[in-house]
Amino acid sequence: MLNPDLVGRTFPGATSTAVSQESISAFAAVIGESEISVATPTYAITITLDQSQKLLQESGLDWTRVVHGEQRFEIKRPIVAGDTLRCDSTIESARVMAGNEIVTVRGDLFNGTELVVSTWSTLVVRA
Amino acid sequence: MSRFILGQELPSHTFHINRALLVAYANASGDQNPIHQDEAFAKSVGLPDVIAHGMLTMALAGKYVADQAGGSTSVKEFSVRFTKPVVVPANTDVELIISGKVSEITEAGDAKIDITAVCAETKVLGMAKAIVANA
Repeated sequence: MLNPDLVGRTFPGATSTAVSQESISAFAAVIGESEISVATPTYAITITLDQSQKLLQESGLDWTRVVHGEQRFEIKRPIVAGDTLRCDSTIESARVMAGNEIVTVRGDLFNGTELVVSTWSTLVVRA
Repeated sequence: MSRFILGQELPSHTFHINRALLVAYANASGDQNPIHQDEAFAKSVGLPDVIAHGMLTMALAGKYVADQAGGSTSVKEFSVRFTKPVVVPANTDVELIISGKVSEITEAGDAKIDITAVCAETKVLGMAKAIVANA
């Protein structure tokens, strides 16, 4: 069970991820995208979900029972190779429905002070 | 010249998902959860078989939207609900059929596209929509 005191809190990312062309190209190749000058729309998840997982596990969530319920992206501009992205994570909500714990975590990816992509992941912890 | 008009039905596209693609997505995304690769493990946690990463299905829907809109750079917002799993049996190419319809031209002049994703005659995404530049 997530510690309810953490809802609304933002956890600044402690580390940054340097985005390589190799990583963008590998992700694009899986879905058949040949245009690799920018990252594909859902690429940000490779950074934000990992950060969210660490935060939520440290906050008491049982990750072994987690199912991905919803996902949203707001893309200010596409991620490109050479970006160095820090992910600030905010636990936006946590509630229990029919015994299942439902947590929404926002990840804001910054390149320096520039917000590049925001992601919202809603995770369901099965009872 | 605008690309989209209100109510426009976009042509469908069929993607093929198999076990090899799940391994490729796991490696490219870093999501190595065994329910997406290991049949015995998937069944041990109550799943019918290996299932695709929800984020792979979303990535393919994103590729569809980007293609319709003239490239990834045009995609401004994208959201889905994962309503049903995409089950991927061994030695099988599972068809994922994506289609879209322009449901709104926003005040900012962007196009809102409602997306339908069907696998084995079942909708696997709910409330799937994207906001794309209409240029």
